[in-house]
Amino acid sequence: MATLNAFCTWLAQTPLSQNIQTIEWIIPAVQTAHILCVAGVMVSVLLLNLRLMGRKAADQPFALLAARVVPVIWWSLPVLLATGVTLIIAEPGRALQNPVFLLKMVLLTAAILVTLLCQWPMRKDAAYWDQAFGRRWAGRFIAGISLALWIGIVCAGRWIAYVQVA
Amino acid sequence: MFDAALQSLQDSTIGTAIGGGATLFPWIECMHVLALTTVIGSIALVDLRLIGVTSRERSVAQVTDEALPLTWSAFAVAVMTGSLMFVSNAVAYGHNTFFLIKLGLLVCAGLNMAVYQGFLNRGSDQWVDAARTPLRARVAGAVSLTLWVGVVAAGRWIGFTMGAVA
Repeated sequence: MATLNAFCTWLAQTPLSQNIQTIEWIIPAVQTAHILCVAGVMVSVLLLNLRLMGRKAADQPFALLAARVVPVIWWSLPVLLATGVTLIIAEPGRALQNPVFLLKMVLLTAAILVTLLCQWPMRKDAAYWDQAFGRRWAGRFIAGISLALWIGIVCAGRWIAYVQVA
Repeated sequence: MFDAALQSLQDSTIGTAIGGGATLFPWIECMHVLALTTVIGSIALVDLRLIGVTSRERSVAQVTDEALPLTWSAFAVAVMTGSLMFVSNAVAYGHNTFFLIKLGLLVCAGLNMAVYQGFLNRGSDQWVDAARTPLRARVAGAVSLTLWVGVVAAGRWIGFTMGAVA
């Protein structure tokens, strides 16, 4: 913890961090880009999960929908990472020493794992989740978990601003 | 007169409950972010299809039918949660430039959508396959995207000009 504290103090005093802190428009602009990418991920995840639950776009095969929206997720994640890192550089302690930020990262890791788990069987069989009763219910279960994780990520993201770091 | 109305809103039971406590406001804000990312993500799906960037193998009508139910239900949640946050600090929001800009942009986005659905989308049942949509539809899509990016940016700037947590 002492090391992390020292790192945050050091990072906050680097010229880069100082610049981001002093130029007032940078943080809100970066947050705006961050939210827009969250919107991309959110609606993709929502469509995929609602489709898995059988509530949306039932007229098209899951693989077709996935081909349309999964790239949005993979393109948004690097931008989210870059904008997120910029925000951390600006105020290192606000994030790195914040338990809610840690929670957000844990939820994010879990969400990415669930997404990969969902994609894996589709590499060989694009219709994997459309077939058989059991698989459809497995798909619904995974969809519920994924949706809950992404909702948790967004909530944790907003709560970072409200949990005071000691 | 106007300020007195805002002040009485702020002093109402709902206003003081949200403004006075430490947890209600952030949770409402979380729901607001979840709702607005869904609104913008789903609108972006339609706009990007109109411009011709994504979903080109689906018709404009199909993409619209898929996205708009999400847009409207999420918009309802965004308006409700937004109103609750407004009531908690009505006087300050009422005098915040970025809040007023955000409202203005929302009205413009609504007008753009009404004009598009009113007459710009005539013949949209023909906009299938990878066919380019007419210029008027592409312009409507681009205008919509720009306005919604503005709505998010103005929203974020409110947080930095209210003197509270960002």
